[in-house]
Order: sequence, then structure tokens, then C-alpha cells
Amino acid sequence: MKKQAAKSLRVFAIELAVYAVLVVCYFFLVLHLLGEWLYHLETQHRYIYAGVALLLIAGQAVVLDTVTTLLFRFLRGRSR
Amino acid sequence: MFFPISNAHINPIYLVVVGFIIGILGGFFGVGGSFIAGPALRLMGVDWNYAVGTDLAHIVGKSIVAAKQHRALGNVDLKLGFIMAFGTIGGAECGAQLIQVLKRAGNVNTVVSYVAIIVYSGIAAFMLWESRKTLRSAKGRSQRGLVKGAESKKDRSAFGPVTRNIQRLKIWPMITLPTSGIRISLWTILLVAFVGGVFGGFLGGGAGYIRMPSMVYVLGIPTHLAVGTDLFEIVISASYGTFTHAIKGNVDILIALVMHTGAVIGAQIGAVATQYFAGPKIRLAFVPLPLIGAAIVIYTLITGHKI
Repeated sequence: MKKQAAKSLRVFAIELAVYAVLVVCYFFLVLHLLGEWLYHLETQHRYIYAGVALLLIAGQAVVLDTVTTLLFRFLRGRSR
Repeated sequence: MFFPISNAHINPIYLVVVGFIIGILGGFFGVGGSFIAGPALRLMGVDWNYAVGTDLAHIVGKSIVAAKQHRALGNVDLKLGFIMAFGTIGGAECGAQLIQVLKRAGNVNTVVSYVAIIVYSGIAAFMLWESRKTLRSAKGRSQRGLVKGAESKKDRSAFGPVTRNIQRLKIWPMITLPTSGIRISLWTILLVAFVGGVFGGFLGGGAGYIRMPSMVYVLGIPTHLAVGTDLFEIVISASYGTFTHAIKGNVDILIALVMHTGAVIGAQIGAVATQYFAGPKIRLAFVPLPLIGAAIVIYTLITGHKI
């Protein structure tokens, strides 16, 4: 039982580390590129900005959930 | 990192950690975590109107993931969720309009801070009283040998008699909710949802801190179902809240996107954790959280500046 818990913790720690690297890449690539455009949209076209904001957050939720699920499945598979 | 929309300098790691913590809270308690997210953004010098709108946007993403997890675990009453969404949207619009009035009057930060302190402290005090009373009565029953087997795992509440009286109110139309196992007036559901919506639109987030207890104590929904259904309903109502706040210039989507990266992992941990705890224990563990939010708001009010 203890061995199983230690294994789960190790897998979770690896998942967190891989996830952290992906998130850092995301900050520099996506947010840096989107920042100016979103700022312009927010000041000039509020309705489009509102729609884009919703699409971005929902899209990110779906993508990140898929990434974490795949990552978890991949690491679990390898640790067996 | 500079966020031009809200004109704020915030460390992205701080936002990811805040997102992670409220992700766990969301998955475990079924609340959006705005009682932590709003004050945490205020602490970094973000105005209340931006804290409210941005928190709503971040909650849309977080709730999509957490609601999906709870749906897989069978913790969502879809019929109840859709009905509640209507009441919440109406309430959220009222709350957002109140923020606009305060923004124009120039005292949004002060008024929302005071309301937040009162609401967060009140919720914590009430849940502490109720969950301790429930746990004590359950302990007494099991000591007297009155509770056996599956019955001992049933979700109990010290508010039970009040809930049963509310369910007895026969105001047409009556709605049957087979998943939750209750029959109740449509107006009671809409009223609970509307009040939650007003708080959500005014203080930010999905207002799960008021709706989740209301679903358990007023509507009589089992805690596990209340958690999942609340999250499902938040997806719909927070989307509307985000849209209406965004067109009013209260949403910094860049902050929301960064916070959400941390919330994704936290929500998965929180949703799995609900399987290991009974209803009253979940409610008791919830108690310190609104108090932490209230303490942060008091700090920003006293010091008048960010950390």
C-alpha cells in the first residue's frame, strides 16, 4: 500500500514538473504574442473582446485538461 | 509581468499558485474560490472591478474541467443545473449593474471590501455552527446504536427540519429531481439561484460559497451532488458573467489565462479527494477558507496598498 502511494506521488511529481515546463513555454510564446492584440481589442472592440475572452478561456480549459490527462496516462503507463 | 488591460504588474508564478489553490478548492468544495481569488488579486493592487470580472473569466475555464470530473463521478444533477442557471444569470446581471453604479460613484473598492468581509465571515460562522452540530448529533446516534451500515453514510444536516419545511411548500409549478431525490417548487430553486447570482456578479466568482450551502440547507440536495451540480451551473452562469463584465471593461483575460494554468491541476486533485470524505466533514473543512479571504480584504483595507 505504501509502495503504491509512493509510486503515485512520484508520478504526480513528474507530471507537475513536465506541466511546469509546458506552462513556462506557454507564458513566453502565447501570452507575449496575444498581449498587445488583446489590449487593443479591449480598448477598441469590447464585444469582440468579450467573445474572444470566453473562447480563449474555454479553449485553454479543454486543451490543458487533455494535456494533463494524456500526460498522466503516459506516465502511469511507463511506471507500471 | 505587466498586464496592460488592468494596468498591473503581477508575478505570473504568484497567479499560477493562487490558481492551483483555488483549483483544489473548486474540485473539493464545488466553489469557484472567489473568496480567495478576489482578495488575492486585490493584494496585488488590481481594482475590485477587475478582480471581480477576471475571477469570473478564470472560473469559466476551471469549472469546465472540474464539472467534467464530477460528471464522470455521477455528482451532477443536470436538470437542477440548467434550471439554476436561469436564476443565476438574472442575479449576476443585477450584481454587475451594482458594480457599475459603484464604479461611477468612485467607491467600488471600499464598498465591495466591506460587503466581502461581512459575507465571508457570515458564511464561515454559519457553516462552522451547522457542521459541528451535525457531526455531534451523528456521533450521538451512532453511540446509541441507532445508525447502522449504509444509513451511517447518509448525508445529514442539522438544518434538516427547515429543509423539509421548505420542500413542503407547494407553490406551482413543482419540479421533481430524480437524481437528487427531491420534489420542490421551481420558485425556490430560482430564488436560491438568483441570490447566488447577485453575490457572484457583485463579489465575483460563481458565488459557490453562498449557493453550495444554500443547495444543501435550503433545497436539501446531498452535499456530493450539490458540489458537482454547482460546478456545472457555474460553467453557464460564469460564462454569462464574464461576457457582461467584459463589455463593461472589467475583465483582464491575460490574468485569467495565467491563473487557470495552475487551476487545471488543482481541480483534478480536489475532485478525486471528495470521494474520501463525508458531507459534514467537507463542510467543516470549508470553514477557514472564507475567513482567509476576509483577512486578506481587511489587510488591504487597513494598509491601503498592495504587498
